[in-house]
Amino acid sequence: MIYRESGDFSETYPADSQTFPIKFDRYRYYAVLVVAFLIIPFIINDYWANAILVPFLIYAIAAIGLNILVGYCGQVSLGTGGFMAVGAYACYKLMTAFPDISIMIHILISGGITAAVVTLFGLPSLRIKGFYLAVATLAAQFFLVWLFNRVAWFYNYSASGQINAPDRAVFGHLVTGPNTEAWAKYMICLVFLTFAGIVARNMTRGSLGRKWCAIRDMDIAAEIIGVNPLSAKLSAFAISGFFIGISGALFFSVYLGAVEVGEAFGIQKSFLVLFMIIIGGLGSIFGSFAGAAFMVLLPVLLKNILVGGLGWDTALAAHLEFIIVGALIIVFLIAEPHGLAQLWRVAKEKLRLWPFPH
Amino acid sequence: MLPDQFLFAVEVMLNGLMAGVLYALVALGFVLIFKASGIFNYAQGVMALFGALTLVGIMDGQVPFAHLINAIFGTDVHHFGWHVPAFLSILLVMVVMVGLAWCVQHFIFRHLVGQEPIILFMATIGLAYFMEGFGDLMWNSEIKKLDIGIPQGGSMWIEEATSFLGGSNFYGFFIDKLEIVASVVAIVLVIILVAFAQYTKQGRAMRAVADDHQAALSVGISLSFIWVLVWSLAGFVALVAGIMWGAKSGVQFSLSLIALKALPVLMLGGFTSIPGAIVGGLIVGVGEKIFEFLIGAPFLGGATENWFAYMLALLFLVFRPQGLFGEKIIERV
Repeated sequence: MIYRESGDFSETYPADSQTFPIKFDRYRYYAVLVVAFLIIPFIINDYWANAILVPFLIYAIAAIGLNILVGYCGQVSLGTGGFMAVGAYACYKLMTAFPDISIMIHILISGGITAAVVTLFGLPSLRIKGFYLAVATLAAQFFLVWLFNRVAWFYNYSASGQINAPDRAVFGHLVTGPNTEAWAKYMICLVFLTFAGIVARNMTRGSLGRKWCAIRDMDIAAEIIGVNPLSAKLSAFAISGFFIGISGALFFSVYLGAVEVGEAFGIQKSFLVLFMIIIGGLGSIFGSFAGAAFMVLLPVLLKNILVGGLGWDTALAAHLEFIIVGALIIVFLIAEPHGLAQLWRVAKEKLRLWPFPH
Repeated sequence: MLPDQFLFAVEVMLNGLMAGVLYALVALGFVLIFKASGIFNYAQGVMALFGALTLVGIMDGQVPFAHLINAIFGTDVHHFGWHVPAFLSILLVMVVMVGLAWCVQHFIFRHLVGQEPIILFMATIGLAYFMEGFGDLMWNSEIKKLDIGIPQGGSMWIEEATSFLGGSNFYGFFIDKLEIVASVVAIVLVIILVAFAQYTKQGRAMRAVADDHQAALSVGISLSFIWVLVWSLAGFVALVAGIMWGAKSGVQFSLSLIALKALPVLMLGGFTSIPGAIVGGLIVGVGEKIFEFLIGAPFLGGATENWFAYMLALLFLVFRPQGLFGEKIIERV
């Protein structure tokens, strides 16, 4: 009743093949954009930006990137933390070497640099598969973190070994550095997320996305029907790396401001992003958003309820968080391998008929 | 008299061999589960941590979930006030590990039979997270000392017996007694496991399951029993590894990271081969120490042990994807 497609006719092929062919979906999408761009920036405060919205936006970009690789192309990667570190350090080097160029361009270029690095580490995927590859990407994780820790050139020989984001502005408003206002942080992340979402959604709908899915479903069969595994796999690595690099750059420059590589981009980060896409839904762009929101909100909620509400120890809440996350991963893999995105699809199916049974 | 530099390299290599034995011990647990059920058990390291935590907890008479109980009921309980002897505690922990194996099989992997290996792998990552939180919740997350009476410290006897080899700057090989004990235990464990797999009825059934699930089912072998058995065995191996590493560096979170070290060992040795796990462990142990000694520390700024094993395995995989001793991977459409 609420959600229905009757009376919703497409008269042209482009109208039929647009991203949201159903009118209700389309209006909902516009409504989300309006709220995100025109309402939230005016009511946002520091707590909401730093605790929830900015990490959500940044992790959503990383989750989209990883979902392209794992969910669409079926190449499991445990190197996300290391790849985000590449984006962060590339952005830092660019920001300090070329202070006059806009940070937007720096972030895009760091995405490109990360894409190149990820493609390099994706080369073994042509020979090895499945968890062999997953383990191989761990090599990237450990090597990259070590590299940024030990080679002083990457952190400009600073004494602490940390990298600090200098002040940079877009259209006269500071977006990095300690004096940034909450809405500016939020907006720059939102712009990149919107860009990433639209690009990823359209790529996965097109011929490239179909090639990735074919490789994921059965690579040998895909090769026989004419998908070139070399270009399909490496393009998935490159594009995934591009988004992960952007998210790493934003994570460092906008969100944290100062980064110590082992702490910010350790293996836990790789797992966190992987969990986001498992819980959100493998092979779904909406799932990346849902998973990122879930994994960002869960610790905040637990902390507010257990520590704030019941007055428990923070360590206890942290242990419970581990248990809940682990259990949720298992429950989702058993009961709903397509994650929150699938639950959303089922809900939409139900809403089409509701409140009538047939 | 041999040149000092050479003798130092030999010492580094010997220490690497000892570390390699411990890696092999962890890798062995992986191979056992992988062969029998096709599950790549990422939680192996956390199982070692959990086993060691439980052992310390039982020995010291800690109250399980003390923090949680205190938080909910406002009480202040910590210890029962008794100390359990090491041998009895180890037996009790073994019972816990069997219980854990049953739970894992019953609640998780029974529902995931026939899924793709990568899904099973991700499930074990979830299991690892769960057990990490559970272990910490049960026994709290402080760093604990594990002391079950294994001798520790450098062996003076070896140092004195070997000091004649070098010049005045060389004082003999420094080898930790604990690592010698660990190596002996690991070797004994491997012999027991191989004997178990070769000569007992359950061991034969285990190998049959590893060979072909359906054929094993059709001759009347209970798959779920074998899987519980295999997870229990992996639990024992994890416990032994946990005791050794725990005695060496304390029972703490970093113990679970040894699992990550075992992964390149497996890639080198092949996922399906017990000798492969041992040889791979020794190669990684010796290789990373020698690399650190010759190239890492002088030229690359040190701490290359973190990634050397992975890079070695990565390069190796490109040329021989099945590892040194693994079965050849054959794919059909």
